Amino acid sequence: MNWTAVGAIYRFEMARFFRTLLQSFISPVISTSLYFVVFGAAIGSRIDEVEGVSYGAFIVPGLVMLSVITQAISNASFGIYFPKFIGTIYELLSAPISFIEIVTGYVGAAATKALFIGIVILVTASLFVPMRIEHPVAMLAFLVLTCLSFALLGFILGIWASNFEQLQLVPLLVITPLVFLGGSFYSISMLPPLWQNVALINPVVYLISGFRWSFYGLADVPVAVSLLAIAGFTALCLGAIWWIFRTGWRIRA
Amino acid sequence: MAAMVEIRDARKVYDGGFEALKGVTLDIEEGEILALLGPNGAGKTTLISCICGIAVPSSGEIRVGGHDVVREYRAARALVGLVPQEVNLEPFETVWNTVRFTRGVFGRPRDDAHLEDILRRLSLWDKRSSKINALSGGMKRRVLIAKALSHDPQVLFLDEPTAGVDVELRRDMWQIVAGLKEAGVTIILTTHYIEEAEAIADRVGVINGGRLLLVEEKAALMTRMGRKELRIDLHDRLDTVPPELAEFDLALEDGGRTLVYSYDTAAERTGISRLVAAMAEAGIVLRDLRTSQNSLEDIFVGLVHDGEDAA
Repeated sequence: MNWTAVGAIYRFEMARFFRTLLQSFISPVISTSLYFVVFGAAIGSRIDEVEGVSYGAFIVPGLVMLSVITQAISNASFGIYFPKFIGTIYELLSAPISFIEIVTGYVGAAATKALFIGIVILVTASLFVPMRIEHPVAMLAFLVLTCLSFALLGFILGIWASNFEQLQLVPLLVITPLVFLGGSFYSISMLPPLWQNVALINPVVYLISGFRWSFYGLADVPVAVSLLAIAGFTALCLGAIWWIFRTGWRIRA
Repeated sequence: MAAMVEIRDARKVYDGGFEALKGVTLDIEEGEILALLGPNGAGKTTLISCICGIAVPSSGEIRVGGHDVVREYRAARALVGLVPQEVNLEPFETVWNTVRFTRGVFGRPRDDAHLEDILRRLSLWDKRSSKINALSGGMKRRVLIAKALSHDPQVLFLDEPTAGVDVELRRDMWQIVAGLKEAGVTIILTTHYIEEAEAIADRVGVINGGRLLLVEEKAALMTRMGRKELRIDLHDRLDTVPPELAEFDLALEDGGRTLVYSYDTAAERTGISRLVAAMAEAGIVLRDLRTSQNSLEDIFVGLVHDGEDAA
């Protein structure tokens, strides 16, 4: 493993993040605050507690997941798509580095940014609602795994995309609906029985359920199943990336 | 000793079925400057891409410093620097960061003094904190070179480095190339400016239609293929070539004031003495004599055309 090269990619990507630190900070803080004003204060005050947790607090894990997933995907997909778009990818291809090192650099940086933003949102949320974290280690593990696995997915997306529209398409058409329908703002048990079963097809349900469990001990599905689901998803992404690099798909002529 | 770059029957067929390289075999010796000449689409960039790892050859074998570019890509690519044809640079980064990035990606430890030296040599030091998109086209080209040199390559590929570059920068680049050669760097240059090959190359390769038509020492090539012309200015105008001189390959130009004699420099006898003697005998008075040699350009155009006619 060429750690100097991984470090160079990682630092270069993080530099982009720090150049736009203000935007990186402000937009998640504002959007989270808006969610709390609308769902927490305005609507939430008319909603009963969900299984003993106030509605405002109940939605915190889902909100964090929503931002973290979106950020991980967009950062990683942009990170690798941009060199493809402006042509600087030649440098990565002609450098004495393996694809594992390229992925580690880009995905590592994208996951770091997503994690950073996730923590910012958690801190912002704690200003609005009384929060407790029952299983901090599990919470961090879920958060880090989510950042990593969705950054991997974003990387695949960035390799696949051949224009900016495609880069936006998957997050918009696939990820956002999955996250919204994945129980960010409600418990799956609130759904009619038929839809509860349909919801279980959605992989994000397992993520949010597990993540929420680490806060309040509440889960729609057993925690072990959640962990298995995210591990499986990560493995799937790793497999896809391995295939992409073995075949040079959309990268190397 | 094995050549620095060994290419054995390299072929490249792109997905669409286009055969960009049709079996190229070439040895590039350590420390030499090889100019690859060829029209657009000849396969120059594909060949470089296959050596540098940007494209994978469909068949054949390529070695750099004895390392196979596919199986031992780490060792092979560590030796190679590439200045691409297109100005591909991260627009919002500073000069310093992009150059540092390249050195890092090539796995070399940070060395600010070394990078400073490179930037100074390329007159980029004052611009180190400028963003790439604030630089002129010529400066961007310099940044590409600085990046390629940042990790001390043994072999440097310059893919049309002076396309669309002003005269001053072109001269600068030739100087830089000469300096690198002195330091022992092997340089492969693609160009379609023949004067460039003529000015700086040790050897010249001509590539067209995915085939290497020839590789030869520049001087030998020019002697072998060079036709020379002797231009004789006459004291008195001639209407036709006099019959006494019919055995020579002569043409009248300049309204009959100049006789042009073409001869082959490689031939055993050039026939110049005989011609001059014959002219004296015929009573033709000379005013001046000049010789001129075919340029590489004429040789190149001739080769490429012959190749096309044969195809």
